[in-house]
Amino acid sequence: MPRPTPFHKRTSELCTSMLWKEWAGYYAVRSFDTCHEPEYYAFRHSAGLIDVTPLYKYEVYGPDAARFLSRIVVRNIEKLKVGRVTYCCWCDGNGKIIDDGTVSRLDDDYFRLTAALPTYYWLKRFQSGYDVTVEDSSERLAVLSLQGPYSRDILDSAVDADLRQLKFFGVLRTKLGSIDAWVSRTGYTGDLGYEIWVERDQALKLWDSLIEAGRPYQLMPCGLDAMDVTRVEAGFILNGVDYYSAPTCIIEARKSTPYEVGLGWTVNLKRGPFNGHKALREEKQNGSRWALVGLVLDWDEYEALFEAHGLPPHVNSAAWRTAVPVYDPDGEVQIGQATSGAWSPLLKKNLALASVYSEYSAAGTELQMEVTVEFSRRTVTAVVTETPFFNPERKRA
Amino acid sequence: MGIKYDDIIIGGGHNGLTCAAYLARAGRKVLVLEKRHVLGGAAVTEEVFPGFKFSVCSYVVSLFRPHIIRDLDLARFGMQIIPLETAHSPLPGDKGLCRWSDADKTREEISRFSQCDAELYPQFGVEMGRMAHFVKEIIDSPAPDPASLNPLEILKTLKLGRRLLSRGRDFAWLHSKLLTMSSADFLDMWFESDVLKAPMSVSGIIGTYLGVRSPGTAYVLLHHYMGEIDGAFRSWGFSKGGTGQISVAIADAARHFGAEIKTSAGVFNIIVRNGKACGVALENGDEYYGSNIISGVDPHRTFIKLVGEEHLDSSFVSQIKRYKFRGSSGKVNFAVDRVPHFGRPDPSYKHLRGDIAISPSIEYLERAYDQAKYGEFSRRPYLNIVIPSLVDPTVAPPGKHVVSAFVQYAPYKIKEGAEHWPDKREEFGDAVTDTIEEFSPGFKESILYRQVLTPWDLEHEFGLTEGNIFHGELSLEQLLFLRPAPGWAHYKTPVKRLWMCASGTHPGGGVMGAPGYLAATSILKEGLL
Ligand SMILES: Cc1cc2nc3c(=O)[nH]c(=O)nc-3n(C[C@H](O)[C@H](O)[C@H](O)COP(=O)(O)OP(=O)(O)OC[C@H]3O[C@@H](n4cnc5c(N)ncnc54)[C@H](O)[C@@H]3O)c2cc1C
Repeated sequence: MPRPTPFHKRTSELCTSMLWKEWAGYYAVRSFDTCHEPEYYAFRHSAGLIDVTPLYKYEVYGPDAARFLSRIVVRNIEKLKVGRVTYCCWCDGNGKIIDDGTVSRLDDDYFRLTAALPTYYWLKRFQSGYDVTVEDSSERLAVLSLQGPYSRDILDSAVDADLRQLKFFGVLRTKLGSIDAWVSRTGYTGDLGYEIWVERDQALKLWDSLIEAGRPYQLMPCGLDAMDVTRVEAGFILNGVDYYSAPTCIIEARKSTPYEVGLGWTVNLKRGPFNGHKALREEKQNGSRWALVGLVLDWDEYEALFEAHGLPPHVNSAAWRTAVPVYDPDGEVQIGQATSGAWSPLLKKNLALASVYSEYSAAGTELQMEVTVEFSRRTVTAVVTETPFFNPERKRA
Repeated sequence: MGIKYDDIIIGGGHNGLTCAAYLARAGRKVLVLEKRHVLGGAAVTEEVFPGFKFSVCSYVVSLFRPHIIRDLDLARFGMQIIPLETAHSPLPGDKGLCRWSDADKTREEISRFSQCDAELYPQFGVEMGRMAHFVKEIIDSPAPDPASLNPLEILKTLKLGRRLLSRGRDFAWLHSKLLTMSSADFLDMWFESDVLKAPMSVSGIIGTYLGVRSPGTAYVLLHHYMGEIDGAFRSWGFSKGGTGQISVAIADAARHFGAEIKTSAGVFNIIVRNGKACGVALENGDEYYGSNIISGVDPHRTFIKLVGEEHLDSSFVSQIKRYKFRGSSGKVNFAVDRVPHFGRPDPSYKHLRGDIAISPSIEYLERAYDQAKYGEFSRRPYLNIVIPSLVDPTVAPPGKHVVSAFVQYAPYKIKEGAEHWPDKREEFGDAVTDTIEEFSPGFKESILYRQVLTPWDLEHEFGLTEGNIFHGELSLEQLLFLRPAPGWAHYKTPVKRLWMCASGTHPGGGVMGAPGYLAATSILKEGLL
């Protein structure tokens, strides 16, 4: 049975829809109201507040911490400056991806890693020979994500620090009233946003102070359904949906490498060995079998499929994550699968993320994707498009 | 003046801008000339009072064509639409009737007035959705002309008729009812509760000089169901940053494609030589020449003022003169220091995140119309109110709000004569304030600033003839192939190389961009340079 997060007292009062789901062993709100759309719009127009405590969190500290992490993840963490966060992934010895997450350098020899899956055993496995301590802080820390164009104004009025100094993917320590907190400029919506990390017993105080600060800006508590739409617009992949963690795969074909899921840019090959180094170097030379791409479905074709039944076109307002086949431009040979997608209310486009053979991954390639209309399986043209689909300037400004 | 343009567009309303963006995207050299200092026409945001951004005229969008958003990549240029979540009808001394996006909650609310209505309500939605779907195709293509001898036109008309019949006889029957009945009568076929019918019936009269019991108004009801926020048939939305942000985004897209846009550049007349439009002369005397002159202003202004009767055939002139404007609405915008509660003390204001209709009964609406019939503005008018700052914090300072009230009836032709409107402006504003106060006591005290727009102001400031918000009534005899005049529904005009691209053409008024897009398509098809 899932457990409540430290924010449960507040979220359960507000979640009148009773729409919950399980996330990493916790109760997580899907949407507070019966319909998640207002929450989506809050993320994009004002600001949304979402409990992301269920993320796995690890504190890594000690003189060798940077070297140790560099050994495990595909990025060179020794290069990461204090007060910076980096997004990366880590692999098994064959270069197959295990998980993705962020690494924050909180101090010279103090780091925090986030992960979608339990990762303590993996960190411990490589600990010997390094002067580091690994702490699983998943339980100890409570985390809220404040996302949206007004997130800065809201947080600014609640914290001591000057947030203008906090650049995209920066992290700092500050106080919200009496609460000690870490604030990082990160998130899963592809928008301007922050994550606020506090000790568990400060959780409710944090919630209340952000809600209060957000009142003049129409801050809205949000659930995962809304965030799911924003993450597709941002082109972010999800472990267990758009790729599978290598240790969970029964067959080799299910595993992927960072290059194959669009995370090649996080791999630093020119340095000392790290997990998967050799295999990734070879792949870099020889090319990858798969590529992860963004797809935009042709609306007119989509509409015509409905029109043929005398129906108005229908799109689900929720994001989907049941994979469907993707075919070559002639619609004859299956060349991959779309693993998640969403209708973007902002772009008025039907978006998907897909894994396809790399020869079909050039932007502009017109593939065919399966859609089901009035119980029958059809295909529509899906154009390979660069992600993020939505990339507002304010995200980095 | 040296440069010669391919296309010169008169008026930087959202349709003129849409037309410009499509033409520029096709590689043509395009110039837009706007009379005001800001772009957008009736789709405009202005900071009339410091810190408050008013959607001065148009305040909600429903029909904006999603394909235009995709084609011009308008999200990238800052266009974002936030759907309205509720439709609230306050009643004095009661909590009123609020309709929600949650169907069960709506059923519960309507049940307070009629259980049958509550259960029928979703079915009505399905039926209207079916018909709206049928009509939608009409919006996205030029209107077929049944009187034409052009085989293509005849074919199109036949096809439409065949499609209508293919939906079954009941459907065709319902459709013809919709074309001929009044909106109140049409709703009487379905519902018994006045509290429900009144706010529903008003969508049939917006922008017309008709009452909810006037025949033909049922058809306009459909527009409410055509609201197409997501390509699926859904309701209305706010534009983030106010309605003007839509125009700004389209203008940015047009500039991105290379169009040149000038503001404070009022056109004085269209230069016609040998029956052919070839340029424009500005009020300041400047002249610009182009291969095509495209008018984004209303038909009356285009032909009678800018072209001049001497260049037109007299029967066409009399058709244009017969084209009905009869403005009947006004707008009052407020800056307030707290949210009016409208009958429910709920501090989350969830019931106000949509529109608020002051239309407690059909009788109330009829009385409001009765006054208008005799040349007075309604003392207790129908109001359509929105508080966009509740969902879009960009439009008001933190903790403060914008209350926008669309008002009907405010007939252009008051009995004293339209030119007396300026003397009545504040009296008209007071009637609106008092009406809101009646439905939400305490409202008056919260007012920081008030902006009143009478039909006279709409004409003089926004160039809307007789203050008609849609460039001519959206009544049946002025729709489809009849808009603006029989035989001239395809964006062409009797003057060679002069085109129309705004709300006075098919499919009509509202912030939808369709006339601008369709006009551009016709111009590109002819390919005249
Ligand atoms: C008070 C009010 C409320 C409304 N509410 C809504 C609503 O909520 N939802 C909705 O969908 N629609 C609404 N409408 C209708 C909608 O706003 C209009 O139908 C639409 O904006 C018209 O766009 P347009 O581009 O066709 O014309 P316009 O916006 O009228 O543009 C014409 C432009 O031409 C300019 N112009 C005029 N003369 C000249 C000249 N001689 N030289 C150069 N430029 C000139 C004008 O300044 C203007 O910018 C409302 C309208 C009003 C007035």
